[in-house]
Amino acid sequence: MKILTCPLNGPRPVSEFFYWGEVRPMPDPAAASDDEWADYVFNRNGAPGVKREWWCHTPSNTWFIAERDTEKDLVLKTYFYPGEE
Amino acid sequence: MPWRLLRFALNKKHPEPRMFTHHEKLKSSYDVVIIGGGGHGLAAAYYLARDHGITNVCVLEKGYIGGGNTGRNTTIIRSNYLTPEGVKFYDESVNLWQDLSTDFDLNLFYANRGHFTLAHTDSALRTMRWRAEVNKHYGVNSEVVGPEVVKEAAPMIDLSCAGHAPILGALYHAPGSVARHDAVAWGYGRGADQRGVEIHQQTEVLGIDVQGGKVRGVQTSRGYIATNKVLCAVAGSTPRILKMVDVKTPIYIHPLQAMVSEPVKPWLDPILVSGSLHVYISQSARGELVMGASLDPYELHGTRSTLDFVEGLSTHMLEMFPFLSKVKVMRQWAGMADMTPDFAPIMGMTPVEGFYLDSGWGTWGFKATPVCGKTMSHTLVNDTPHPLITGFSLDRFRNFALTGEKGAASVGH
Ligand SMILES: Cc1cc2nc3c(=O)[nH]c(=O)nc-3n(C[C@H](O)[C@H](O)[C@H](O)COP(=O)(O)OP(=O)(O)OC[C@H]3O[C@@H](n4cnc5c(N)ncnc54)[C@H](O)[C@@H]3O)c2cc1C
Repeated sequence: MKILTCPLNGPRPVSEFFYWGEVRPMPDPAAASDDEWADYVFNRNGAPGVKREWWCHTPSNTWFIAERDTEKDLVLKTYFYPGEE
Repeated sequence: MPWRLLRFALNKKHPEPRMFTHHEKLKSSYDVVIIGGGGHGLAAAYYLARDHGITNVCVLEKGYIGGGNTGRNTTIIRSNYLTPEGVKFYDESVNLWQDLSTDFDLNLFYANRGHFTLAHTDSALRTMRWRAEVNKHYGVNSEVVGPEVVKEAAPMIDLSCAGHAPILGALYHAPGSVARHDAVAWGYGRGADQRGVEIHQQTEVLGIDVQGGKVRGVQTSRGYIATNKVLCAVAGSTPRILKMVDVKTPIYIHPLQAMVSEPVKPWLDPILVSGSLHVYISQSARGELVMGASLDPYELHGTRSTLDFVEGLSTHMLEMFPFLSKVKVMRQWAGMADMTPDFAPIMGMTPVEGFYLDSGWGTWGFKATPVCGKTMSHTLVNDTPHPLITGFSLDRFRNFALTGEKGAASVGH
């Protein structure tokens, strides 16, 4: 079983977690052009690599960031979103 | 072993007839380079040669042909989709499947079994009715049936699903079928090879040469090839290729797993899918139960399999078929599914001239192999998308005009 370390609850089985995709900056909806907005809504960086991702420990509803190698399936670090500890 | 046979085997004058010609070298240029020797790439090569007379074509495969999702899928073929674009497209594919074995002179073990999508809730039943109406409108055989029809077709089923997810009805699709997946790759490959297409296995595409917005060539692990047309048909590797041409898409990769049981006597004729329990099952010609579930929960570019998957799938399968508790799981595996937000593929032209895409096949692209070959070869030759694939263009995202196929594609591949 794969273990993920929640910054609040420590190491827990991965089945307790929910994955919410890569951390991506949102353009200002009022200022963005239609193309920029569509790009933000739909396009993804689908290629493998080390990515910063949103994860949630569902039993405690703890959202945090994991840095993960999406080719090797190795979690390098997990931490709270800066400023949210 | 009789000596004569051994002498024959060792004699260079009598090489064993091979399925494909082995080409020592790549040529310095081709009219069309196809990346990916799965069913889709090989089918495109086949129709380019057979229907359009274009044979100066090579298919580049980094591993062995059919070793990608083509050889990993659970082979469900059906056309009971939700959108008009989808229904017309998959219906044409089902038509093409009918005489493929004859066309190839190779038995694809195409078996028409009938396909049930089970509904355990009122809202699921509503989607089934919707699908049935769209299907009928386009001449596709689909109807909503009651639980008694399911029981008759699969007498071993527990209609209450262990008491907590009673089956209220189903969408029944008589044309639903299964086929032998790797034979499909071999059939298309051999047919293309016989018509002059070169298939190069163990040849990986490492880069694509784009100049002034146009494709000029392809860098491979065995050298450079000049070409003006590249078809990318690499399923789970699509984002890696897109990075080479700097084209952005919504495609993301999650693994999809499957497993088979030990062979047992034939007891299950139809294909059964339950969206609510997230499982599906059919019995292969060899007697194995071919079973699958939904996507893995997070992005991964690899094909590892997990115990979590077997446990989750088995739990729900036992709710439907309690007697399977005595049956052993024999193998499990995974493929990399190239997913899209609307569960429809991404096909056709791209912002890079000469770079064509056949992708976004996620968990549902095996059934589309023939029609993809047909429509992509047409698109390459005419430089304009085949009428059946206009609903699947990459532009649809920029135009906020999605082809919402989720209701028909998310678990029932
Ligand atoms: C477990 C599972 C179950 C499924 N069940 C069904 C089902 O029941 N029904 C259905 O319709 N669909 C199903 N699918 C989906 C279906 O398998 C795929 O959509 C379809 O097989 C894709 O075929 P393809 O030829 O496009 O890709 P593939 O068969 O994956 O071929 C792509 C090839 O490209 C090669 N390649 C990649 N990168 C490079 C490179 N850089 N250079 C050279 N070659 C490269 C790969 O090695 C691979 O052989 C399932 C998928 C999985 C994983």
